Amino acid sequence: MRAFRGFWRNLTSMRTALILLLLLAVAAIPGSLLPQKSVNIENVRGYLAAHPDLGPWLDRLWFFDVYSSPWFSAIYLVLFVSLVGCLVPRLRQHLGNLIAKPPRAPRRLDRLPHSRSGLTAGSPPAEVAAGVCERLRGQRWRTVAREQADGSVSVSAEKGYLKETGNLVFHFALLALLVGVAYGSWYGWHGNRLVVAGEEYGFCNTPQQYDESGLGERVGAADLPPFCVTLNDFHAEYNDHGQPLSYAADVSYAEGNAATQPDRIEVNSPLRLSGANVYLLGHGYAPILRYTDRYGVSQTKVVPFLIDDLQVLTSSGVAKFPDVNVDPSGKPSEGAPLEVAFTGVYLPTMSDQVDGRMSIFPAENNPRLQLTAYQGDLGLGSGAPQSVYDLDQRKIATGELRKVADSAALKPGEALTLPDGTRVEFLGTRQWITVSVRHDPGEPIVLGGAVALMLGLMVSLSGKRRRVWVRVEPSGDGRSLISLGGLARSEYPGFADEFARVVELAGADAPRPPVAVVPKEN
Amino acid sequence: MELLSNQLLMAAILGYLAAMLCYLAEYSFGGRSAVARAAVRAPRERELATVGGGADRATDVPDVPPVSPTPPSAAPLTPAAPLTAAAPPRDRAGVFGRIAVGLTVLAALLHAGVVVTRGLAADRVPWGNMYEFVLTLSFFGAVTWLVLVAWRPALRLIGLFVTLVTVLVLGFAGVVLYTDVAPLMPALNSYWLKIHVSAAALASGLLLIAFVPSGLYLIRAGYDRGKRRFPYSVGAKLPEAETLERLGFRLHAFAFPIWTLAIICGAIWAEAAWGRYWGWDPKEVWSFISWVAYAAYLHARATPSVKRMTATWFAVIAWGTMLVNLYVINFVAVGLHSYAQP
Repeated sequence: MRAFRGFWRNLTSMRTALILLLLLAVAAIPGSLLPQKSVNIENVRGYLAAHPDLGPWLDRLWFFDVYSSPWFSAIYLVLFVSLVGCLVPRLRQHLGNLIAKPPRAPRRLDRLPHSRSGLTAGSPPAEVAAGVCERLRGQRWRTVAREQADGSVSVSAEKGYLKETGNLVFHFALLALLVGVAYGSWYGWHGNRLVVAGEEYGFCNTPQQYDESGLGERVGAADLPPFCVTLNDFHAEYNDHGQPLSYAADVSYAEGNAATQPDRIEVNSPLRLSGANVYLLGHGYAPILRYTDRYGVSQTKVVPFLIDDLQVLTSSGVAKFPDVNVDPSGKPSEGAPLEVAFTGVYLPTMSDQVDGRMSIFPAENNPRLQLTAYQGDLGLGSGAPQSVYDLDQRKIATGELRKVADSAALKPGEALTLPDGTRVEFLGTRQWITVSVRHDPGEPIVLGGAVALMLGLMVSLSGKRRRVWVRVEPSGDGRSLISLGGLARSEYPGFADEFARVVELAGADAPRPPVAVVPKEN
Repeated sequence: MELLSNQLLMAAILGYLAAMLCYLAEYSFGGRSAVARAAVRAPRERELATVGGGADRATDVPDVPPVSPTPPSAAPLTPAAPLTAAAPPRDRAGVFGRIAVGLTVLAALLHAGVVVTRGLAADRVPWGNMYEFVLTLSFFGAVTWLVLVAWRPALRLIGLFVTLVTVLVLGFAGVVLYTDVAPLMPALNSYWLKIHVSAAALASGLLLIAFVPSGLYLIRAGYDRGKRRFPYSVGAKLPEAETLERLGFRLHAFAFPIWTLAIICGAIWAEAAWGRYWGWDPKEVWSFISWVAYAAYLHARATPSVKRMTATWFAVIAWGTMLVNLYVINFVAVGLHSYAQP
């Protein structure tokens, strides 16, 4: 028991708190130097590939998950335990202080950092003290007058309780932040996806429809609020140098069974639905390709291209047509499969002057699409998962998928004819956007905590706890002698002025003293 | 307008440089009695200090012939008078010091011109990239210093270090960080830019100025303990350790809530722009680290059992984390705050 008490005393000491604070700061550093899974999983994979020896060890020690790692959590949890252990007794004491009366006057007021004596008043001590009390209370001092056995009255006054109140509010607000963050991670969820413009490319709020999603521990797929969103149009504005000025996505959404509503999402103004917000993260182009096969059957695909160059939106992607060149009469085809795919590079504004194909502007002023055609086995039949943004390189290596043609830089409406006479037409593009759909029910708690924290901090740092004592002694002729003492209990360079004012206040009905106040430096 | 802004930057740097040389002259010519002693006394008593020499304050006081009954606060608010009265005409150091303050005011006005013309050139608030952020930050720092010197003229000598830091920061901004005037990127186009970035710049500027007395306190305290090698040798003419330490604390205590506000506003903005209020972006990580470090300093300072030296080291380390956040993170780490990149 004694060991525990000693441990507890150590844990809740300021020394421990300081060490934990420094540890917390140091422990946060690796997360800013190494890629983090929660921020960008692709960068983590890249790092692991680049550092095959060190990477797995860092991974095992949670260095790619610093802020949810056991060691980081341990530091802040111990810090919070230490905080609670420190706060609860302080809260109890502060509540006691709020009820208690200011303490008795010390015997020697002249030993205090600020003191004054030798004032006289023309009435007996009790009367003088009553007046002093009243005037001090008028200035929001908490006062109590105590009559002594020798007939003197001492007034104790204290001010600045708000400092400790602010201090406690600040620290409890930190606890509220922690609760808010935890609540949000349990009951919050998010999903990210790419949305192509057009009625038929909308999405609804289910985990399956997101490219990437994460549900909090206490959230099931059925808990997601029902709504659907479609992108009608996307506008990007650029200045002459191609620097973006604004992005805006015109969307339609329907919540539950409600009617469809139009709205606009911009970078700093998400679509706020009940139970989720939809944020605009990025945008790009999706070329529309129409492939006509040997039997004259056409298929049209809208293929979102990923951005290679953010400045000028040069993008690239792959269009796969696995079920083409199949005899409509149902006769099985002979020989190797004749599936078709195209890799492409899209240039929103191709330069006519510069050699080599490159985009010089992010808007579609002179759009060109350069395609490379592949024919053979795409490898989709094997069931192995395959990226929609890449071809199966193994099939190319084995020759089962062959490059058959290279196009010129096609304008919208132009076509490429493959050696076997089939054609692919570049019909134009559609815009796409990436959105993040998020819900964090912890936010109001965190916001409330942050506001309380801010208020508590300001009060705590600006507040000044101070005490003054006024002793009124009978001078024997029905008059009184007044002496005062003052003590600032925290950093308060202006206390000398305030003490001087209190002296004036105490001597208000006394004759003006001939000498001035001399404060001691504290 | 952009050209004007750049020329004004040149002029402002030269102004700070000239002020720095004058502070240096004051520092070199000023003996310990003229500068350091005056600095440790409350302004009211300074007259005595130079006239009466090395009499101890405690014994001086009762002898003071009818001291004015005005509250003591009146004296620090009208600072120039006692100081000029204190300086005898042959006090070359004092003359240099006053010229230095005048030059600092001039340089700060030019500095304000740089920021304003930059904003006019871009037709928006001048907080769109790192260059503009550093311009604003150092301007807030310079203004803080001038307010301080008007309030406590005795601290004038620290101006040497303040102008030195300002010249370095501005020079680096002009040479390395310079960015052509450009419109805001869409992500920055929000009224939160005005709140978040101005609060961050103000807090950084204040913390920069707060660092100066805290750092000097460590030097002075080391000097008082008998250390004489550089940099402690500088301590000979510095204001008294306790004065420096208290000033450092008060500046930090003033700046810390503003820094907190900057982080909170950043979080609110991040919720609107990126969908989450906190995502451990490198910039967020280092703001957090600095916040924790400054919190540690304030706690250490408020704990009687922690030595003032130890506590002040926390403040110095915390300023180091601010520098990492401003310079290292912007250049090295790729994050959502990358538009701060030069």
